This record gives sequence, structure tokens and C-alpha cells, in this order.
Amino acid sequence: MLQGWVIVLASFLYLGVLFAIAWYADRRADLGRSLIANPVVYALSLGVYCTTWTFYGSVGRAAASGIGFLPIYLGPTLLFALAGFILHKMIRVAKTNRITSIADFVASRYGKSQVLGGLVTVIAVVGVVPYIALQLKAVSNSFSILASYPDIVMPATAGAVPLFYDSALYVAMILAAFTILFGTRHLDATERHEGMVAAIAVESVVKLVAFLAVGVFVVWGMHDGVADIFAQAAAVPDVARRLATADSPAAYGTWGTLIFLSMFASLLLPRQFQIAVVENVDESHLRRAVWMFPLYLFLINLFVLPVALAGMLHFPAGTVDADTFVLTLPMAHQQEALTLLVYIGGLSAATGMVIVETIALSTMVCNDLVMPLLLRLPMLGLAARADLSGLLLEIRRWAIAVILGLGYLYFRVAGEAYALVSIGLISFAAVAQFAPAVIGGLFWKGGTRDGALTGLAAGFVVWAYTLLLPSFAKSGWLPDGFIAHGLFGIELLRPQHLFGLTGLDEITHCLVWSLLANLGTYIGVSLQRVPNVREARQATLFVGGAEAAGTPGWRSTAGVADLLPLAGRFLGLARAKEAFARHAQQRGLKGIHELPADARLVGFAEALLAGAIGSASARVMVASVVKEEPLGLDEVMNILDEASQVRAYTRELEQKSKELTRATAELREANARLRELDRMKDDFISTVTHELRTPLTSIRAFSEMLQEDPKIDLAQRSRFVGIIVSETVRLSRLINQILDLAKLESGRAEWTVAAVDVAEVIREAAESLTVLFAEKHVTLEFAGCEPGLTVLADRDRLMQVLVNLLSNALKFVPAGTGRVTVDAGGTASEVRVSVVDNGPGIQAQDREVIFDKFHQGATTSDVLTDKPQGTGLGLPISRQIIEYFNGRLWAESTPGAGARFVFTLPRQAGDNGAIPQGDSVPAGGRGYKEESPGGNS
Amino acid sequence: MSHRILIVDDEPNIVISLEYLMKKEGFEVAVATDGEAALQQASTFVPDLILLDIMMPKKSGFEVCQALRADPALAAVKIIMLTAKGRETEVTKGLALGADAYITKPFSTKDLVAQIKSLLA
Repeated sequence: MLQGWVIVLASFLYLGVLFAIAWYADRRADLGRSLIANPVVYALSLGVYCTTWTFYGSVGRAAASGIGFLPIYLGPTLLFALAGFILHKMIRVAKTNRITSIADFVASRYGKSQVLGGLVTVIAVVGVVPYIALQLKAVSNSFSILASYPDIVMPATAGAVPLFYDSALYVAMILAAFTILFGTRHLDATERHEGMVAAIAVESVVKLVAFLAVGVFVVWGMHDGVADIFAQAAAVPDVARRLATADSPAAYGTWGTLIFLSMFASLLLPRQFQIAVVENVDESHLRRAVWMFPLYLFLINLFVLPVALAGMLHFPAGTVDADTFVLTLPMAHQQEALTLLVYIGGLSAATGMVIVETIALSTMVCNDLVMPLLLRLPMLGLAARADLSGLLLEIRRWAIAVILGLGYLYFRVAGEAYALVSIGLISFAAVAQFAPAVIGGLFWKGGTRDGALTGLAAGFVVWAYTLLLPSFAKSGWLPDGFIAHGLFGIELLRPQHLFGLTGLDEITHCLVWSLLANLGTYIGVSLQRVPNVREARQATLFVGGAEAAGTPGWRSTAGVADLLPLAGRFLGLARAKEAFARHAQQRGLKGIHELPADARLVGFAEALLAGAIGSASARVMVASVVKEEPLGLDEVMNILDEASQVRAYTRELEQKSKELTRATAELREANARLRELDRMKDDFISTVTHELRTPLTSIRAFSEMLQEDPKIDLAQRSRFVGIIVSETVRLSRLINQILDLAKLESGRAEWTVAAVDVAEVIREAAESLTVLFAEKHVTLEFAGCEPGLTVLADRDRLMQVLVNLLSNALKFVPAGTGRVTVDAGGTASEVRVSVVDNGPGIQAQDREVIFDKFHQGATTSDVLTDKPQGTGLGLPISRQIIEYFNGRLWAESTPGAGARFVFTLPRQAGDNGAIPQGDSVPAGGRGYKEESPGGNS
Repeated sequence: MSHRILIVDDEPNIVISLEYLMKKEGFEVAVATDGEAALQQASTFVPDLILLDIMMPKKSGFEVCQALRADPALAAVKIIMLTAKGRETEVTKGLALGADAYITKPFSTKDLVAQIKSLLA
């Protein structure tokens, strides 16, 4: 009655029940009444460790090597019983950091490195594919054997069966479809699958019950208890040998290796990590699991040895594969129901493993391999796409299909060369490569990304060379020459005797070399440099435990407006909103809109995204919104750069400041000069005022006296009136001279420039003063005043100079004996005129002062006592005129021996350029004193 | 006995007018045309009042005033500063040096006579 359709129907019924359980558990989870929040469920779900390898393979292993099957279970038992703290720490760290997979864990630990996550994913996929192949092989074999019931026929080798008649292909396809239905119905922020866990727990019960049922049947149905079986076995020498512990020294080494391997496998296999760490609801559940899971392992192995011995006793050697004893023994006794139960048990062992493993792997492939690549391809524009949750699910579905496809491929390629257990051990050895990075990362802060990368890569390469490639070679898919003679014929490179290491089984051999390379480079490279800021922060989070994980590590903030759409793109907007609302509630806020834009919110959003796309990708995505990276070495360098830019800017500022100071000093100087000019102008005005008031004083005094006293005698009266008149004349002259000087100094004077004969002008000036000279009885003489001393000048101005000099001389010479001489001569280039007197002379210190306006200093008093005749402006005006025509005017004197006033003017013939061309040369902005009129300044 | 007035100025015409004016008022008059002569005259002539110009050769009116005030024998002599420089600082400086009055040129003869009489009263 066990026709093919019954088996298929039973299979689908079983899968349907599983699906229903999962659906129900998911519903309960959504309602907040979790089915799996229970330590027993957690412990049972850990039973996913026991796959068809355990269900069928343990008996096969026991048939081959007695209790040699046990180390695979002793490892996890020891781990849970003795090293639960490692698992506890992993769970705590993973929860704090929202770790979604083993790849995410490693990537996150070493600074959220996408490269590292990708490498771990690749190793996991490559390493686990043989393991999946193992499940396919077991299910398809059990199906084939069952299909030929009641005959017991060993299935043909996979390669001998045409592809479309290969039940393993259909098993793979059905498992893929079922896994996709199970694991990728929706995207969850926490990457937790309550329904799946519930189903896995049920499967653990099913396979345990099935195996125990076979055991009970074999021990008490077929025999009279355990003692009976062992007694019978002891009687057969070939079988009795299996009861020995180990038959060679190498076997002891193998024991150690397998305990060691399985210890890591139960922790680091993607599905183990998924169930034990990611799906853990409450870390307190671990306390129950540390004894319940070993108990489960004990129970499921309880009847392995009896069943193996019974099978060996029952079937003639070589006729039936020991891996199938669990199925074939009930078949041989026509126990149809038990046979079907065993088949279902095997199916549950396979489906449990495949579902959890492929979901875990697909998450890793999606989060740590595909998404980082896709997000980096700008042409896809994914970074800008509004909703990526659909794409994420799509990627995961394809990942599941591809992984199962690879498993099937490996099954077709290499499946027949190995027993179930050997295939599984290849996977264990691959996964063991994670140990240094994971365990080291949990307890050693010095590990760096580079160390983890090189360690993993080195271990993976050695693993592939010493274990994976030989498995292909033994299956005939690769030339096996390199196994016997080494790569390129080099003996030292023989994959299974690397560097001449012999005497070990292939797994131990692989493990020694791969972990040596792995651990060595991990530590060696890590020690090359101090962890950078990001690595150090993650190291603190992981090594220091969750308690140390205080700050989310974001130095900047972003608001809900930025973060919610971002999360929505990966989770779907509705789910993202729910999560944000929960976060707001946890912080005691009324709603999403009240969430402040702070680092905590950014940290929350990153953790939320990490659940969906992995921590490394989440960091990149959040960073794109926050536009603020956690402080890394690069950023520190940038900050230093900025600081140096600030310094440069400061230098620039200082420069500007100096320039400003300089400008201020210049301004101050200019201001002081202006003030000086102002003061000089004030002084000038004050002096002018004084000079004007002096004649006015006399005029007023005499006028008032005449007015008040009409009876003043006539002589007095005419004397007074005479004084008034002369003072009025003085006043007029003064005013005229002041105006004249002002005109000269301001450049507004009008000049009539022409060729002038100097001698002629001298004579004319002398003539105008003849009367005055005669009155004072002063002699006026001329020397060398020849015609032809021609200069370019204003004739009237030149006359003014000469009159001034002559009247000055007349003023100072004594009456009667006075003598004034005018001497005119010249060189080829200039005309030189001097007026010499025999007066008192000029003190040396006064020779320049007398050219100042109103030179009224006490020291000059004895040359200018005759006030009414001098305004104090004659000499300054004369100098202005002479200098205007590019000449010079100065005084020479020996005190007591008279004075000599000399002026020179360029001769017209000898000077062409320096004389102003125009008749009138107005020029604005002249100062009162500094600038001499004319163009030779 | 009539009061004695010393006129100190380097402007001949102003000296002439002041001399005439003072004599007409019945004062005994002496004249000095520079600062040094003024100090000399002050000790020999011993005036009751000095009409002192500021801008003078040899010694300015300020210097003369200072020297007179430093001589206890001449402490009682009244000094009227006469100057064409009418700026505030000059006035303050003259009064600070011990001048009794300060009259700006050109002055009103009536005011000058009234000022002299009030100082001598």
C-alpha cells in the first residue's frame, strides 16, 4: 500500500501541516501572543542541528566506526553545557546591534564592513551547499527506497538517473517552493520568523518521535532488549569490532577534531546562528536550553548503536547501505506505518535544515552580497527608489532557489562519492573558518577588519584546496592527479598531505592547516595596526558587552521626515510607521510626529534598517540621509584638514588685520598731516588777523581822538590824519599781498609768460624807487647789467621781486652811508641777479626764516624794526615767483657786513622744457605752504 | 599826584596814540618799544600801570608780565594786556600770568581810559 502517490500525498500533507502551524504562529505573533516565547520551543527549535545526517547518517557512521558517530553530538553538548556564556554574549550583542545573520555579525563587529559581510556570505554559501546536497540525497534516497516497497532496493547513483527522472531534483524544487512560502512572505524588521521557528520545533518533535519509534521497534520488537542485541553483535566478529572505541591512534585525533568541529558548527552554521541567536526571543530561554538541547541530542542518539548493530546483523554485509538502516529495518519487517513515520521523520529532518539554512543564507546573500552591490550601481538608481521592500523579497526568493539549485548540482556532481556524514563534515570545516573572527571578535578588542578579512580568506582558500576540490576530484569532475601528486606535480602541495603532513584523516588535516592559516593571519594582520575609530567602537560594543553599548554612535541627527521614508523604502511604509510608532511609545511620546530629531532616533532607524538589509548596508543608507558619518580615521583627517584650513584662514585674517593696521597707521598719519595743515592754516589766519588789526588799531585810536576832541591843534591834527592815511595804505597793501600770496599758493595766479630782458627790468625797478633812495640818501649802484640776459618769465612779477628786494635793502641800510648794489650776470644756462646792501646783515639762523610768511620772531626783530614799511610777505611772495620760473632765491650774509639776496633763473636759450607753456596755469588743491607753484616739484 | 603809566608797544603809531591819550588824561607817561626796555623802564620809572603789547621784539608781553610779577618790588603794578591776537587761549594765558585786564586791538579809546581809571581807583 505504500505506492508512490501515497508517499507523495503524505509528504505534501506533512508539509501542509507544517505550513499551517507556521501560519498560525505568525498570526499569534501579530496578535502579540507569541507561541514561541517559551524556553521549550527554543530548545526544540535548536534541534534543527539534527538533520538527515543525524536521522539516517548516524546509524551509517555507527555501522562503520561504532561510537565514532558520537563526537558530532558531544561538541554541541559540551558547548551548551560548559560554554553557554559564549552563546549568551553572542545573543546579547546580536540583539543590541540588531544582527540578522552570521555575516552581519562579523561585518558589524569589524566596523560594519560590507566587504567582510560579503566574504562571510560567500564562504557560508559555498560551505553549506554540500550540506544541502546531503539533505537532497537523503530525501531522494529514502523516497526511492520507499517507492520500491516491499522490495529493498538501493537507489541507483544520481549520475545514472536522467535529470528529469531524478527525484532529488523534484525534492529540491519542492523544498525551494516551500521555503519561499515559509520565509519570504513578508519582510520583517527584526528578521525573525516566528512561524518558521514554531514549525521547526514541531519538526524536531516529529523526527525525535520517529527515531525513537524505530529504536523501540528494533530493540523490543525485533529483539529482546538492548542486552540481546549487544550479545548477538558480540557473537559476530565483524560486527563486534564496531563496539570498540577506536581502532587506531589517528581515530583518537579524529574524535578530538570532530568534537571541536561540531562545537563550532552548532554555533556558526548559518541556521544554528539563525535559530540560536537571531530567533531567540528572550535570552533567559538559554538557561533551559543549555540542558534541554543536550538532552535532545542524547535522546535522538539513544538507539543509534542498537539500530546499527541490528541492521548489520539483519542484512548481509554490503547489500544494504547502513545509512538506510533506519528505513530499511521497518521495511524488512513490513511495518508500513512505522516505515511511513520514519520517512516523514527523515523528511522533517531535511526540511527543517533546508528551510532554516536557505532562509538564513538568502538573508545573507541579499543583505551582504546583492544589495550592497546593487546599491553601488548608480545606473540602477536603487538608492533613489521609493520602495525597495518588494525587491528585497524578490532577491531573497531567487537566492533560495539558487542555493537549492547549487545544492542539487553538488549532489549530482559529488554526492555519490561520500557518505552523508562526510559531506556534512566538509560543511562543518568551512563554517569553522568563522570561529577566529567571531570568537576573537567577542573577546579580543584588537581584531581589525583587515585581520578578519585575510584570516577568513586564507582559511577559506586552504579549506577549498584541501577538502572541497578533492571532493570534486574523487567524484571524477576534476582530474584527480593533483590529489596524488600535488598541484603542478609538487609533492608538498598534495591537498590531503599538505607540506608533507600525513597520518591524519582529511577533515583533521584540513582543519589543522586552514585554522592555522586563518588564526595566524587574523592575529598577525590585526596586530599590524591599531583598530581605527569605527572598529574600536564596534569592538567596545561587542567585547565590552551590551552594557557598554551606550551611544548609538551617530554624531549627528536627522528627523522623522528623513528617516521614515528611508525605512519605508526597505520595510514598506506601513511597517516602518508601525516601528516608528512603537519607538515613540517606548520613549513615552504620543506619536511619530513628536519624535525629536536626535542621535537616538538615528540609531533606532539604523537598527531598524539593519534588521532588513544588514548592519553594513543600513549604516550606508542612514549615512546617506544623515550626511554625517560616525567618527572614523578619514573623518578625523578631514577635521584636521578643516582645522588647517581654519588656520590658513586665520593667517589670512591676520594678514588682513596687519594690512588694516597699516592702513589705519597711514590714515592716522594723513590725519595728523591734515591736522598739522589745519593748525598751520589757523596760525596763518591768526597771524593775518594780527597783521590786519595792528594798522586798524592806530586808525581807530586816532580817529576816535580826533572825533572826541575837536579842539586839537592843527599841527597835531594833520599829524594824526597823516598817520591814519599811511596806516590805511599799509592796510590796503597788506590785504593785496595776502590775496596775492593766496593766489600764488593756490595756483590760481595768472601769468603772462614771455621772454624778458632782466637788465631792463632791473633798471625799471630801480627807477621806481629812485625817490625813496634819494630821500634816505642811499646810493644805488649797478654791476654787469648787460642787455641780453633773457629769461622766460612774467615781466610784472619779476619787477615785483626786484622792487621788493630793493626796498628791503633800502629799509635796512643806514641813512646817508647806505649803499645798495644790484649785480646781474649769467652762465650759459642761467641768469644770476644779486642785491647787496651794507646793512646789519642777517643772523645765520634767520636766513631761511625770513622767507616764511609774517616772520615775526624775536630773533629777526633787528632786521625788521621798521614795521610800517614791511608786511612780512614780500620775501615769501618773491620766492614763490622765482621758483615758479624754475629759479632759486636765497639770502647770504656775514652779520655786521650787510646782506646779499640772490636769485637765479634759467636762461631762455638754455632751457626749453621746464617753463610752463600756458599764460594761465590754474591748479587746484594747493596747500598753503608746502608746494611751490610751478612744474618742477 | 598823578598816576604813572608805562606804554609798551613796538608799533610807533600805536605808541603815539596811546601817549597822547594818556597825557590828555593827566597821567605821567613813559614808553618802551620792546620787552627788555619795558622791564628796564618798569624798575626805573616805577609805573602804577603798564599797557603791555604781546607781539614784541626781544621779549614777548607774556615774558615781560611773568618777570614783573616775579619781582616783589613791582607786585602792586597794574598790567593791562593789549594785543591784536584776540584768541581765547591768549586771553586766558595773559590773565593766568598775572595781568589785571586784557584788551583786544583795535580798542575803543573810551573803554581803555575807563578800564585804566577803574584799575587805578
